[in-house]
Amino acid sequence: MPRERDPGLIPPSKNSAFQTNEQNDPKGAWATNQDLLVNIKGEGKVKMPTLTSDPTLQLSNDEILRYSRHLIMPEVAMEGQLKLKQAKVLCIGAGGLGTPLALYLAAAGVGTLGMVDFDVVDFTNLQRQVIHDTDDVGRPKLESARDTIRDINPNVEVIPYETHLNSENALEIFKDYDIVADGTDNFPTRYLVNDACVLLGKPNVYGSIFRFEGQASVFYAKEGPCYRCLYPEPPPPGLVPSCAEGGVLGVLPGIVGSIQALETIKLILGKGKPLIGRLLLFDALNLKFRELKLRKNPECPVCGTHPTVTKLIDYEQFCGIRGEEHVPETHVPEITAKEVKQMMDEKKPFVLVDVREPHEYQICRIDGAKLIPLGDVPKRMHELNSADDIVVHCRSGVRSARAVEFLMKSGFKKIHNLKGGVLAWARDVDPSMPSY
Amino acid sequence: MAVKVVIPTPLRQFAGKKDSVDIDAKTVGEALAGLTSQFGDLRKHLFNEEGKLRSFVNVYVNDEDIRFLQKDQTPVNDSDVISIVPSIAGGSLIRCICS
Repeated sequence: MPRERDPGLIPPSKNSAFQTNEQNDPKGAWATNQDLLVNIKGEGKVKMPTLTSDPTLQLSNDEILRYSRHLIMPEVAMEGQLKLKQAKVLCIGAGGLGTPLALYLAAAGVGTLGMVDFDVVDFTNLQRQVIHDTDDVGRPKLESARDTIRDINPNVEVIPYETHLNSENALEIFKDYDIVADGTDNFPTRYLVNDACVLLGKPNVYGSIFRFEGQASVFYAKEGPCYRCLYPEPPPPGLVPSCAEGGVLGVLPGIVGSIQALETIKLILGKGKPLIGRLLLFDALNLKFRELKLRKNPECPVCGTHPTVTKLIDYEQFCGIRGEEHVPETHVPEITAKEVKQMMDEKKPFVLVDVREPHEYQICRIDGAKLIPLGDVPKRMHELNSADDIVVHCRSGVRSARAVEFLMKSGFKKIHNLKGGVLAWARDVDPSMPSY
Repeated sequence: MAVKVVIPTPLRQFAGKKDSVDIDAKTVGEALAGLTSQFGDLRKHLFNEEGKLRSFVNVYVNDEDIRFLQKDQTPVNDSDVISIVPSIAGGSLIRCICS
């Protein structure tokens, strides 16, 4: 359930124009305007959802000045700006993608911005999550985001949900919003957001990033395919996050999240050709945009002709995440950073193996460690002697656990995983070592 | 006849770090077989134990999903581009396709 609203946050107004409007309109906020049929390239007509307008709603003189560059464009004009003011958009995540989403939607005058996140700002966020400042490190992301949004546009009502989005609370949170913008970073939440949007008939403005590559689309099952039409199932269990393969160029979420903000605004205005039925691929390294056709899958388990998913399920289980973290096939013996330091001080002979990548080794290293990146362990294990005591480490202990597991299967018995990796070493043994 | 296969970022580490590979093939199935025989590590990331394309990996010929064409029998010629498009979770914590 969403937590009780912090009394320090802007309370949602009880009489927002949108709610009044919703009460008067039995069809709900989305009405199909036949004038806004938009031709999608060779795909026939797509009905664009558009907000019904409240004739009593007006802009103040201050707002007219603020939005003047919108108002002088016929595609937005007063009618469009009032639609934006009435619109309620829910951003899932206040991180890399949520940053441009929230900043641009707020600046553009979207009246109500819900934000779901339970994280706290840390230093590693600042390279891309420009909604948060250095001074915000340690604060809840939603508090920090709310302050920035308030500075940009005090007319925007921010509704924070400092909670972990799950099957119990998603429908309740989503139901009051017109559009959901998905800026999450994990598969269980992706499928949860998709299914909840399909069940409630709401558009899901999707964005996703990996290193130098981004994807964006609008999944709106009433008019086109959903995320499950594209990917029926997530990657199977056992595929765990790896810091060696992670990382993201700081600008990339700025670009993909801005595309999501743009699509959200187009949906609200009912203008242009939305990304419904199209998957946009962005390759930042080669600066290439490509577009793929997405088709509605008649056998889709959630939006197909005979859906098998008719209510929200356990998405952690669906994605095989639950219980995965600590179930290695063999028991991996562990050793703490302090114990390793003691062995060094006592000059006990042992071999320290670092299974990180060379570019990580350049950031920081434990003196005397032998670098064998995880991927090279099978072909380089002849460099190790199974008669020696061996300690294996990586950044946080995940990759080294895999290496230990592999080496134990290959006959190594006097082998330990350094619990917590170099992060634990920096914390417990050598505070002068940088963390990353 | 060489068709261009575009390799997505998460899979480049299993394809000699290349962003695209030219393969002689007449169908999508032949192209993927050629690709995985050249880069053996790619196989388990593209296909399951039964040799079927994994459900979190989609393959396109130009801008069309092969699931809606003739699947692995979809014919290709040398002006076509085959794209492998895996699902990516995105954001700060990456759940990637790794071994």
